Amino acid sequence: MNAKTRFALAVVMLGLLMTGPFLLTVGVLWADLGADERAGFLAAMDRWLPIGGLITIVALILGLQLLRALFRQYVQGLMAMAETLRLMLGANRNFRVTLDGPPEVQELARAANDLAQQRDALLGDVEAQIGEAKASVEAEKNRLAALMSELALGVVVCNLDGRILLYNNRARLQFVALAQGPTSMSGGALIGLGRSIFSILERAQVAHALENIRQRLQKGSAESVAHFITTTRTGQLLRAQMAPVLRTEAEGLAAGGDDCRITGYVLTIENITKSFEREAQRDQVLQQLTDGSRAALGNIRAAVENLIESPDMEPAFRERFLGVIDDETRRMSERLGKTMNDFADSLKTRWPLEDVLGIDVVAAAQRRIEDRLKLATKSESLDDALWIRADSFTLIQAMTFLASRLQDHYDIRELRFRLLAEGKMAFIDLIWSGTPVSSETLYTWELEPMHVAGEVSPLTLRDMAERHGGEIWYQRDKAAHRAYFRLVLPVADTPEVQHVESLPHARSESRPEYYDFDLFNFSDTRIDLDRKLTEVAYSVFDTETTGLEPSAGDEIIQIGAVRAINGRLLRQEVIDQIIDPRRPLKPEGIPIHGITEDMVRGQPTIDVVLPVFHEFCADTVLVAHNAAFDMRFLQLKQESTGLVFDQPVLDTLLLSAVIHPNQESHRLEAIAERLGINVIGRHTALGDAFVTGEVFLKMVPLLADMGIHTLREALAAAEQTYYARVKY
Amino acid sequence: MKREGFEVATAADGDAALAQVAAFAPDLVLLDVMMPNKSGYEVCEILRADPARAGLRIVMLTAKGRETEVAKGIALGADAYVTKPFSTKDLVAQVKSLLG
Repeated sequence: MNAKTRFALAVVMLGLLMTGPFLLTVGVLWADLGADERAGFLAAMDRWLPIGGLITIVALILGLQLLRALFRQYVQGLMAMAETLRLMLGANRNFRVTLDGPPEVQELARAANDLAQQRDALLGDVEAQIGEAKASVEAEKNRLAALMSELALGVVVCNLDGRILLYNNRARLQFVALAQGPTSMSGGALIGLGRSIFSILERAQVAHALENIRQRLQKGSAESVAHFITTTRTGQLLRAQMAPVLRTEAEGLAAGGDDCRITGYVLTIENITKSFEREAQRDQVLQQLTDGSRAALGNIRAAVENLIESPDMEPAFRERFLGVIDDETRRMSERLGKTMNDFADSLKTRWPLEDVLGIDVVAAAQRRIEDRLKLATKSESLDDALWIRADSFTLIQAMTFLASRLQDHYDIRELRFRLLAEGKMAFIDLIWSGTPVSSETLYTWELEPMHVAGEVSPLTLRDMAERHGGEIWYQRDKAAHRAYFRLVLPVADTPEVQHVESLPHARSESRPEYYDFDLFNFSDTRIDLDRKLTEVAYSVFDTETTGLEPSAGDEIIQIGAVRAINGRLLRQEVIDQIIDPRRPLKPEGIPIHGITEDMVRGQPTIDVVLPVFHEFCADTVLVAHNAAFDMRFLQLKQESTGLVFDQPVLDTLLLSAVIHPNQESHRLEAIAERLGINVIGRHTALGDAFVTGEVFLKMVPLLADMGIHTLREALAAAEQTYYARVKY
Repeated sequence: MKREGFEVATAADGDAALAQVAAFAPDLVLLDVMMPNKSGYEVCEILRADPARAGLRIVMLTAKGRETEVAKGIALGADAYVTKPFSTKDLVAQVKSLLG
């Protein structure tokens, strides 16, 4: 019953209640009257009825009008207000009730508006606080990420199951260096969010360290850090330090006060293979020098003793002994020279030197000089591929010190930098034009502690040079009226970092996705068909092939793969590899995949690449667009490589048909467009894998809306579609 | 050296070396890097800064054989750099070739 009917009914009832007693009295009176009295009454009525009737009708009309107005203002008005209030409650917080109708209703509206005002203020407050808290959490996260990514030590955070929740760039580089096979690919296979640390470190060793920590914690020891040294499968030596991540008080209560508070651990990992080798080399040098010299010295001594003891020796003997001395001393000299050449690096002082990119150091020095000394700087020919072994802080301090001296004593206006390499030496030149400096000046400066702009260092330029095994000198370029200080430093071995810089996606986004603390709650890594789609790790991949008929001898020429976990596509954890198919490419395919004969030549073959890909995909569900096609290629390789891809496979083509059965096209572009995904870089395997991955991640909630939550359900639904019948 | 027919004057430190060069006006200086008062590098620079001695040959002798030190010696104007231990025969040969 709507409000109108109810109101009408109420009015009728009211009318009846008000007129009823009167009519009843009239009825009773009428029944009581005699015939004459009735006739008299009727006659009297006859006279007054028209007027009375008219008045009654007019009154009725007026009454109805009044009722209508009342209905409008008090019933409809209130209902409209209720709707407005609902709107304010939900869709539009800033909406307000319009002041309309009778004063009472207006008063109500005012009160409602005041209430809304108060609520808005409160909500605004809460929102601002939430915003602030979020921003500070975000800032903290960013700071942490920045800190992590710049650390010189490899850091990996794992939960108790050994799943990686965070790793920094250094750790990644270390593991890239550890990897077997084509290094451009396999780094991603070893380390990744949600992957198991046990593919890198020995499970037993990690468990042992964890047990140590646990025991120490139970004893209430403050020192809850464990150290261990481990070798990897590739024979590298790693020194690891493990610190526990403890459950906070609040979390502990939520978890029911479990007595073990460890929820995970932080591993700092250092590859000590090189320093270990250096150490071994140093030992070897010492060994060789002492052993070698001892024998030579023995011979010389014997010869000299003989010569002294028998002054009148026969000339022939004498000649022979002298020959021995000559030979042995020459050999010792040679040995010394050779040792110096071969082991110069390992004999250097053990100052903590790091491999740094020369241009980075120069740029930092320039910034500092401009900042602190307000002295203009410029760069001339900088070798941007030059790595040096240096303590960059002291080095920059030294350059700033020289600049400040030049500015103070020689009033220079501009300092130029040059960076070049010669053999095992790197030269950093600080060049200025105008007043030349006397050589003595540099010698004085060399021995002064470095004071710059209020900063004091106990070190001198000479200390700096010596600790680097370097030199520093002053040279004049008379023709150009310029002079320069030349800092000589050792060139670093080609560092592990280099090829990663060229990884296409390593530098693509501002903040690499190296951490995901939500994974603390991820436990099992095994694939269980009844697990939710949102809780599974995926490897999304695509291949480019020579043609469309795997059974007719077409081959894979490119594999691109990216991992996805916890609703995120991990664009840093990828495989992007061109493969030599060992057969000519079909000319008609080249415009599609853009891969030419030149590009495949010299690339690894499928036998090399497939094991890496297999490891990359371990413990994950495979996702591909039109997966049947790609899987067929992989299956055909099963026999020759022995690698079986037996994990579940989800196909975005089939899933699209599940979600949008009435759409005509289920091509990747069409789906991406439907789901509002930007398509860039298509038709490279990795580009397509990225698009497929994003499509898939958008599909997961859509599938959930349809009641498809688990892997099993998704696989079954895909199986039902028409497209599932296509075979390759 | 004397046996090979050269006239030789010696100095015990950097300052003495400069004084000897002034007094003796040699064609060639054998300069040890590690000397008291002034290092061989300093003496070398001072000698090279003097235009009157443009024809002077300088051979630096050092026990330090690091590549950076050799580079510095050559950069500062030494004509040759000989690291200890060396054979006197080689040194004489080196001197002879420099004096042409």
